[in-house]
Amino acid sequence: MATLNVLILVCLGYVVLLFGVAFAADRVAARGGGKWLRSPLIYTLSLSIYCTAWTFYGAVGNAARSGLEFVTIYLGPTLVMISWWWGLRKLVRIGRSQRVTSIADLISSRYGKSNTLAVCVTILAVLGGTPYIALQLQSITLSFSIFAEADPTGLYREGSSVFWVAAGLAVFAILFGTRNLDANERHHGVVTAIALESVVKLFALLAVGIFVVWGVAGGLGPMMDQIDASEIGQWHVDAGRWTTFIFLSAAAFVCLPRMFQVMVVENDDEGHLRTAAWAFPLYLLLMSLFVVPIAVVGLDLMPEGSNPDLFVLTVPLSLGNDWLAMLSFIGGFSSATSMVIVTAMALSTMVSNHLVMPIWLNTQEGTASVSGDVRTIVLMARRVSIAVIMALGYFYYSLSGGGAALASIGLVAFAGISQILPALVGGLFWRGATRTGALVGLSVGFFLWIYTLLLPGMEGGIIPASVIENGPFGWGWLRPQALFGIEGIDPMVHTVMWSLSLNTIAFCVASMLSFPSPLERLQGAQFVNVFDHSVSARGWTGSVAQSEDLMIMTQRILGTIPAQEFFQAEAERQNGRPGRLPEPTPQFLERLERELSGSVGAATAHAMIGQIVGGASVSVEDLLAVADESAQMLEYSSQLEAKSAELSRTARQLREANAKLTQVSKQKDAFLSQVSHELRTPMTSIRAFSEILRDAEGLSAEEQTRYAAIIHDESLRLTRLLDDLLDLSVLESGQVSLNMDDATLNEVLDRAVSSALAGSDRKIGVRRVRANERIPLYTDLDRLGQVFINLISNAQKYCDADEPVLTISAHDVGGQMVIDFIDNGSGIPTEAQSLVFEKFARVGSDKAGGAGLGLAICREIMQRLGGEVAYLPGHAGAAFRVSLPLAYRQAAQ
Amino acid sequence: MSRKVLLIEDEPNITEAIRFLLTREGWQVETHAEGTDAVQVILSAQPDLVILDVMLPGKSGMDVLRDLREHEEMKALPVLMLTARGQSRDREMAEQAGVSRFMTKPFSNAEVLTAVRDLHAQASQS
Repeated sequence: MATLNVLILVCLGYVVLLFGVAFAADRVAARGGGKWLRSPLIYTLSLSIYCTAWTFYGAVGNAARSGLEFVTIYLGPTLVMISWWWGLRKLVRIGRSQRVTSIADLISSRYGKSNTLAVCVTILAVLGGTPYIALQLQSITLSFSIFAEADPTGLYREGSSVFWVAAGLAVFAILFGTRNLDANERHHGVVTAIALESVVKLFALLAVGIFVVWGVAGGLGPMMDQIDASEIGQWHVDAGRWTTFIFLSAAAFVCLPRMFQVMVVENDDEGHLRTAAWAFPLYLLLMSLFVVPIAVVGLDLMPEGSNPDLFVLTVPLSLGNDWLAMLSFIGGFSSATSMVIVTAMALSTMVSNHLVMPIWLNTQEGTASVSGDVRTIVLMARRVSIAVIMALGYFYYSLSGGGAALASIGLVAFAGISQILPALVGGLFWRGATRTGALVGLSVGFFLWIYTLLLPGMEGGIIPASVIENGPFGWGWLRPQALFGIEGIDPMVHTVMWSLSLNTIAFCVASMLSFPSPLERLQGAQFVNVFDHSVSARGWTGSVAQSEDLMIMTQRILGTIPAQEFFQAEAERQNGRPGRLPEPTPQFLERLERELSGSVGAATAHAMIGQIVGGASVSVEDLLAVADESAQMLEYSSQLEAKSAELSRTARQLREANAKLTQVSKQKDAFLSQVSHELRTPMTSIRAFSEILRDAEGLSAEEQTRYAAIIHDESLRLTRLLDDLLDLSVLESGQVSLNMDDATLNEVLDRAVSSALAGSDRKIGVRRVRANERIPLYTDLDRLGQVFINLISNAQKYCDADEPVLTISAHDVGGQMVIDFIDNGSGIPTEAQSLVFEKFARVGSDKAGGAGLGLAICREIMQRLGGEVAYLPGHAGAAFRVSLPLAYRQAAQ
Repeated sequence: MSRKVLLIEDEPNITEAIRFLLTREGWQVETHAEGTDAVQVILSAQPDLVILDVMLPGKSGMDVLRDLREHEEMKALPVLMLTARGQSRDREMAEQAGVSRFMTKPFSNAEVLTAVRDLHAQASQS
């Protein structure tokens, strides 16, 4: 019987071998050699980290418990590889062209580089991944313990050994998984090491299988008989469970972070998928070949109650084949370590990129030196993340105590990680999928997974038993294991059915209801149409044929002659052959891009060259920069529009001001012309008669007196005109000062009437109702009187009745003092009524001495006093109304 | 042979002054103070000379002159126009309307007499 010491020695030796292989592969790859490192074989073998310790040990255990059901775990990936390789090709193409670092990165990138989504996927992956890592640690411990039981020295202590295993794996992952910053670069060392481990675990399982069939059962025939005789051979197939498990394993094969790491991130060449499409199913077939025989023999051979998960180990051990048991142990160890290393790498990339770095960048805001030391920070973040993830796995293992069967932990993790599937597949094939949809779908699925599977399955009862039996708050339809009253089905089937269907529905509905951001649209198009955009993601390389296209494009942008000159200069620089087109070397393309960016902007230039050269896809950054430039242009043009609107507004205001000025100027001209006329007319008479008096001989004394009187009258008329003009000018300029005083209306009217009638030969009768005139006033009494005098003398001058009578009536109407002046003449024609207050407006042939300014002055005065004077239509004679607000008088007191 | 002048002027004092001056010169002076029917009055009065004010009630002197010149037999009638507005634009308008002589108020009596004599002499010669 092998001692524990030997086992540990072998184990350490194996680990040293792995380190050596990884180290050598990295060295070879760094020197640029080792074509075999990038072969499809290595790629296919690296994919087989799908087969973890769960598969290595658990498949036999599963077969011993549930018969052929374990096959479903192999059927899912096989179906994906064979029938969905085109989908995987798309995934790989996108992963490479978008330089995707993890599945979280892919999801986030597809949905507009949303870090929220990345965080969700990362948390989901860590939650699902931690028990899975614990599971691997448990398998190593269990296998150790098998040997320990047989070891008489009893040196083995379970806890410490797990700790050292975990620490060792962390060191390995850190050493070979975080050498380079760019997670998208291939980790040849790790991949080669896990490829070797894949070979070892397949070899070990096949060896145990062959030993069991030919060494124990005695050949194929007896083996088949033994299988037929056992319960496993009953071929009992539960359609619901089978379908669910096949689907689940297929989904997990695509969604598991470690599978994504080896399948997409570490992929060197899309073509490898073609080989893997048949080679990987073949590997799975070989892995599953001897599961049933080992289980059957184990059940027969081993005592009742022994753990069927460890038959692979215990069967050879019990038969005394120590070295085979050792090989089997190394196989299981390989399965566990390869899985843990790659998972830790993948998860650490996600954790550092989506959790640690955003937080670190936030705290670094304001410090300019981010670019300098960011590389070391990222690497440090990755390394710490690996350590933390390993620690999580270790603690989970320590706390859970390793009770649950291996297979069930694996399936729970599968169901969790499968929640990514709708967002992933939808993102690849449906442009309408949106960030909101992905978030809602993921949340729904995530929540249901926790509620219906994770929590009820946990020992220690995080969910009380009453909730599982009766539902929360007694709502039976919300029982975690019988949602909506659907009972009696397997809890796993139940969870997968509800979580994934509701996840998908939520994803679709929320996507259709929400509106994608521009970046999401761009990314969606890039993802869904990845084959249209890119042949392969390479740098600037091109053929001479593309030079022609570049020439045509450049001519369009720079103009024919400058473009030809530039191309000729480049051709000469390259090979001294000015007659030809230059080779599209990277240097030339770079210069061309610079040249073009002078005309169309850097981003556009980059995008344009990208479209011609190498069919390279336009990166999102390019498109975004183009969009940014267009946005700036739009903003600029909208600023221009605003400017021009402002200018035209200013122009309109200027036009209006000009029109107003022109009108004012016209009015001024008309006024001056009027004034000129009014002044020249009396002067003409004065001059004519004064010349007559001076020159004419033989004038009678009567004539002399008469002509002198005319001269005198016209002089007075001139004086009055000048007075009126001055008065009006003062009133209009608003520079008039008012002498406010108290009086009653009848006093003002008395003075006005006597003043107007004095010195006039043509008397008019004035009728008043004095009782109504006792209205107290506080105003400029002289100015108000001037208005009254004007109105009374107008009536006196123009009233054409035989016995002219002017009726003056005063009222107090609603806070207003109203005085009407109505005569009994024929009045003012309707068409002239609106004109009487205009300057120089005279109605009819008025020779009564007025210049036509009186009513204009009245209007100005009343305005200054806060009231108004207006013509009062509807009366037979001329009627004017003066109104003055009493409120004005009160306010002024 | 008597010479007849028709004076169309709405300012009575100016009318009286001109009537005094021209009567002494031997003119038979007829007067009218309104623009509206001025053309009819001229046509019926058949004067040898017309003195026309511009700012007339009813119809401006410019319009009266323009309408008057529409009549074939009135094309050559001497018209002396008086205006109190004294703007150069009025002179241009008057010339376009077919004025014979244009004078700005206030004028000297001698000017008016000279203008009347000249216009009459020209009309008599042709």
